[in-house]
Amino acid sequence: MDEQIRHILEILENDARATPEEIASLTDMSAQEISQTIAKLKDTGVIRHYKTIVDWDLVGENYVYAVIELKVTLERNQGYQAIAERIYKFPEVRSVRLLSGNYDISLTVRGKSMKDVAFFVAEKIATLDQVQSTSTHFVLKTYKEDGVILHEPEAIKRLPVSF
Amino acid sequence: MRSPCDPSKFVAESVKNIPPSGIRRFFDLVSGLEDIISLGVGEPDFITPWHIREMCIHSLEKGQTSYTSNYGLPELRDELTRTYYRRYGLDYDPSSEILVTTGVSEALDIAIRAVVNPGDEVIVVQPSYVAYVPSVVLAGGKPVIVSTYVDDNFSLTAEALKPAITNKTKAIILNFPNNPTGAIMTQEEFEGIADLVVENNLFVISDEVYECLTYGSKHVPFSSLDGMKERTVMLNGFSKAYAMTGLRLGFAMGAPEIIHSMMMIHQYSMLCAPITAQLGAIEALRNGKEEMERMVREYDRRRHLIVRGFNKIGLECYNPKGAFYAFPYIGNTGLSSSEFAERLLDEKKVVTIPGDVFGDAGEGFLRCAYAASVDDIRKAVERMGNFVDGLKQ
Repeated sequence: MDEQIRHILEILENDARATPEEIASLTDMSAQEISQTIAKLKDTGVIRHYKTIVDWDLVGENYVYAVIELKVTLERNQGYQAIAERIYKFPEVRSVRLLSGNYDISLTVRGKSMKDVAFFVAEKIATLDQVQSTSTHFVLKTYKEDGVILHEPEAIKRLPVSF
Repeated sequence: MRSPCDPSKFVAESVKNIPPSGIRRFFDLVSGLEDIISLGVGEPDFITPWHIREMCIHSLEKGQTSYTSNYGLPELRDELTRTYYRRYGLDYDPSSEILVTTGVSEALDIAIRAVVNPGDEVIVVQPSYVAYVPSVVLAGGKPVIVSTYVDDNFSLTAEALKPAITNKTKAIILNFPNNPTGAIMTQEEFEGIADLVVENNLFVISDEVYECLTYGSKHVPFSSLDGMKERTVMLNGFSKAYAMTGLRLGFAMGAPEIIHSMMMIHQYSMLCAPITAQLGAIEALRNGKEEMERMVREYDRRRHLIVRGFNKIGLECYNPKGAFYAFPYIGNTGLSSSEFAERLLDEKKVVTIPGDVFGDAGEGFLRCAYAASVDDIRKAVERMGNFVDGLKQ
């Protein structure tokens, strides 16, 4: 990979709001070159999406999250892709992953209450023909999300002067 | 009642002879101030990568708290041999050519004590790290200063070195990548130095602790030059590359005769480096490359930010190729380095280190560490810009 592109991606992965001017000040490139490169990275699908990690608890929106493990049966002419598509179209579903091991598919589901989530799984997911079984695990606390530690302990203090 | 005494009378002459450092005063000025931004640190602002810390914790849980071989854990020395062979094709025998020390500071002290006789002259290239001159003085040697200049990109030239060599010269201390200038030396630049080293039968103490922090060009170990391995003791450590400063772990690589002599001192002073840090260091060498490279890329970005920033506010700044220091020129402001740094701290609450702390050749410059967050660097440069504008009025 080109070193400049790596710099741009690392900066944006850490802070999606970094402006071309800010990125330029950290690299060898001009703001215009940065804008052009980012546009190209978006066009080619390298940059998929910009998002914000929100701690909804702090504004009193107590969302309930659950991880759902699914065992599925594949039908002729229908692979995992078809099942995944069917599932990921529900807005309640935040992520869908195909796994190796005891289960086939893992979902993250968000709802307003445990009842909400439980009914969604029971009515919308468990009733799908291809779904053999479901196992629902409610999330009690999130410590780290997408590489971001949500409640970081106090920073370590360094000496202000050393050689 | 017995008569009282003056304890200062007990202090050895050699310690009294250590040249004074203006830096203690600076420490005192900084302590107690609020809202300061510090570009004055000589250590990474990253915490030691977790996999290294986790290895240290695991070793403590297992009860690995014993002494090690005086030379250091054999596994660590094996790993160092492999690392330097892989990086540069250098071949050091782990059983006789490597000594693990408590930081590079210890390695420096015992390397100097191992080779310097009273009255020997030792060439110290400045600006450079503050410990070289005092360490030579404590060993009974006589430091002879050779300066580097911004016009030579702070490289050491053979022309500058040659006149400093006398028949009493025993050794020369090199420090590239350099603290505080950020300069590195290319193989071509080193060749002329190596010729002089052979012509005058000198020994070289090469402090390469910033080895892994170079930008755009690969580090050249002095010992990798033709004929230099036997004449050089390479000093290095884990502090800068793996953000392990407080774990105090360094090492020396050189000829068996030199390493053995250093070990003779080490065994009676330090005995061995702390085992916890040694085990962490093994983990760093085995699995730390990716994290280290990530940190280097982060420094590289901050380097761009700070150098551009200084040039923009009218402080001409050499573009450093290594370490994590920018060394802008402030001589055209009419202030000395100390005046500039003290007033900047007093009026704008930005900590920098006056260049003359690193030798007279550093006068007119300021050491600014960019091992600080991007936000802090932006704020510091802005405050410094305001300060410089204020001076013009």
